[in-house]
Order: sequence, then structure tokens, then C-alpha cells
Amino acid sequence: MHRFANPTRFLRLSAAILPWSAGLTIVLMAVGLVTGLMVSPADYQQGESVRIMYVHVPSAWMGMLAYSVMAISSAVALIWKHPLADLIAKSSAPAGAAFTFLCLVTGSLWGKPMWGAWWVWDARLTSMLILLFLYLGYMALVSAFDDPARGAKAGAILALVGFVNVPIIKFSVDWWNTLHQPASVTKLGMPSIATPMLIPLLVMALAFHAYYVTVLLLGVRAEITAAKVRAIRLTQVHE
Amino acid sequence: METIRAFFNMGGYGGFVWPAYGVSAIVLVGLIVMTVRSMRAREAELANLQAVLGSRRAAAQAQRSNRKVLDGDA
Amino acid sequence: MTRKQRRMAFVGLGMLALFAAAALVLSAFTDNLVFFYSPTDLIAKHVPEGRRLRIGGLVEKGSVVKEGTTVHFVITDLTTQTPVSFTGLLPDLFREGQGVVAEGKLGPGGVFLASNVLAKHDEKYMPPEVADALKKSGQWQGDKDKGQGNKGK
Repeated sequence: MHRFANPTRFLRLSAAILPWSAGLTIVLMAVGLVTGLMVSPADYQQGESVRIMYVHVPSAWMGMLAYSVMAISSAVALIWKHPLADLIAKSSAPAGAAFTFLCLVTGSLWGKPMWGAWWVWDARLTSMLILLFLYLGYMALVSAFDDPARGAKAGAILALVGFVNVPIIKFSVDWWNTLHQPASVTKLGMPSIATPMLIPLLVMALAFHAYYVTVLLLGVRAEITAAKVRAIRLTQVHE
Repeated sequence: METIRAFFNMGGYGGFVWPAYGVSAIVLVGLIVMTVRSMRAREAELANLQAVLGSRRAAAQAQRSNRKVLDGDA
Repeated sequence: MTRKQRRMAFVGLGMLALFAAAALVLSAFTDNLVFFYSPTDLIAKHVPEGRRLRIGGLVEKGSVVKEGTTVHFVITDLTTQTPVSFTGLLPDLFREGQGVVAEGKLGPGGVFLASNVLAKHDEKYMPPEVADALKKSGQWQGDKDKGQGNKGK
């Protein structure tokens, strides 16, 4: 495992992946937009407003995925003291916050015409809002320390504590009655969603994954560079 | 023309569908621009530091060899 | 035990304790976490008149009567019916036989005075929450709805 924790090796690997992930993001986004906005049919019940799903659902999935990456990296950082794990956790936070924010905004824009409300305090929506606050709190906490190592440690603990929220978001629609409807795609058996609508949804989801990988790699690269700068500054002071 | 209007109208939900896609585009593009910018700024800072460090080291080395030459002369 | 193993045990046990605590808290507050009550719950809980709450169920077929801007309809979980009256704009998905959540308070004569009406997705398939409410009240009609849930999100 320490083989991959080597920053130089990581930089080489990320340089090889980045053009692919960036290219895939653009291609998949384009395909997703065309199929989602033009090719796919309107819903028999929700009409054209169902197209909001193609940005709302991938955002929600990525919001939870980015948090899981953050929590797992934080655990790795706390237990194995990997030099890279902290940087991955730190870089995952802004992307996750952006996805969660998008999920809430697009959901609101979907809820108004369909449910008749921009916002309701049901278990699903509330737990998603808490996820956004966890991201913001994490980013504030990590940057609040002068010593980046201490900031990373405090952030890692917060990320792990907040991880409790992820299964709550996922299962809130099954555990309690909510206004938000339960999962259609990720349940056992056949997804309860027609294939011509499932295709743009999955293409968009893949595009969001490729986007996340791109932003994460760029972020980690920036963090490695910042760490090098700090190291040089430190030796300068000691000379 | 009529189909274009219908496309933007989105069956009456255009006022919800387009802002949803618009805000997604703004946030996703904004985040990647910010990430690339901060990365470039840090890489420039590192290159700058290394250049300063390199020239300082070179200067020190030149000084040392100069002194050696002078010592040799004396 | 090495330091690494100790840290691993610490993080593992900490997460376990955290998840257990969260599960306990959430199960203790289940009553507050539900978004709405079914008409049967409404009677079982003896909710006093005037307290704000939400009730959810299906809009009974043939019960919708419009009087100008005021709408009267009946929310049912197939055991108990609650008459609802509402003045205002209904969401696009409000239809007879469709899942609905009404916000408001119980008025005199057992009529629920809604200040807001929200639609739940889907028209053809029953939302599991309503289905659960139906099951609880013993009126579950076979398994024809099983696995069809909601479409959409």
C-alpha cells in the first residue's frame, strides 16, 4: 500500500490518468446532455420536469461517494499515517460540497413543480442538508489550524464522525415515511425506471464520476505541490 | 423555430429545468477552474522558490570556488 | 500490540460505538422523524384540535369537490378516512388515487384544515410509505404493487 503513497509515483500516475478522465468527462457530459435533454422521453406523469433527474441524481450519488472517499482516506490517514491519504481527503471535500449543493438546488427546482414545495423538512432532505454542513465544517476545520498536520487530524476525526450520516441519507426513505420517494435504480432487481430514461441517467452518472476523478487528481497534485513549498520554506528558515 | 421554442419551454417546466442545468454548469465549471488555478499558483510558487534556491546555491558555489582561486593566488 | 494496531482498534471501536449510538438515537426519535401520519395514526394518537401536523395517504377516488378556490377531498389509508379542506394552489401531481401529504391542523368536526398540500411522486404505483401505512392497517391488497415502488428519482 505504501507503494501508492509515494507522492512522486502518485504524480506520475495522475499525469497518466488526467487526460483520460478529463476527456471522458467532456465526452460523457455531451452524450448525457443530448440524450437527457433531447432524446429521452418525457415522463408519463411528471412531463419534461423529469429531466432534472439527470443532474439531480448523479449529484446526490457523488455527494455521498465523495464523502465516503473522504471518510475512508481519513481512516487510512489516522491508522497508517499515509502522507497521501490526508491530501486525498482534503481534496475530496470541495468536490463533494459542490455535488451536495447541486443536489439540493436541483432537487428544490424539481420539488417545486412536482411536490408543490421548494423545501420540506423530511428525513431525506434534512440529512442531505446535514451532509453539506459536514463538508463545510470539515473544510473550515482543516484550514483553521496553522499546522496542516494538526488540521488534517482534526478534519479526519470530523469526517469519520460525520460518516454516520451517509447510511442515514441512503436509507432514510426506507426507514421513515418521507415526501421524497425511495430509490429506483439502486434497489434489488430491476430498476423501476424505463430504459430510455435510465440510459441518460447512467451516462450522466459516469460523467460525474469522471469529473470527480479529474478534480480529485488536480486537487491532490496542488496539495503535494503546496507540501513541497512548505518543506522548502521550513529548511530556509532553519538555514 | 416552433420546435426550438418547444424545446426551451420544456412543456411548461422550462423555468425549472434550465436553471437546474444552468446552476450545475456554473458550479462544475467554477470548481474545475478554481482547482486548476490554485494548482497553477502553487506550482508557480514552487518553481519560483526552486529557482531562487538554485541561483542562491549556484552563487554560493561560485563564491566558494572564487575564494579557492584567490587563496591559491595568495 | 503495535501502535498501528492500537490505532486501528481505536478507530474501529470508535466507529462501532458511534453507529450504535446513532442507531439508538434514531430509533428513539422515530416518531419525530416521520414526515406525516396516516389517518389511522391521527385517531390512534388523539391529536388535539389546532395542533399543526401533516397527514399522508391517498386521495380517495371521487372525493374531490371544488368550490371556487377551496377544494374538499378525503385522504384515506383504506381503513380510516380524513376529510380535508384546502384553499389555494394544488401541485401539478395532485390527482385522485394519488399519494398526497397535507399540512395543517385538525379543525372542528374532524375536518383537517390544510394550509398546504404536497403531492408525492407517482400516480400508478403506490409509494411504499403509503403501502406500509396500508399494511399496518391490515388493508394490504395482495402483492401487485410489490417491487414497483416509485419511478422518478
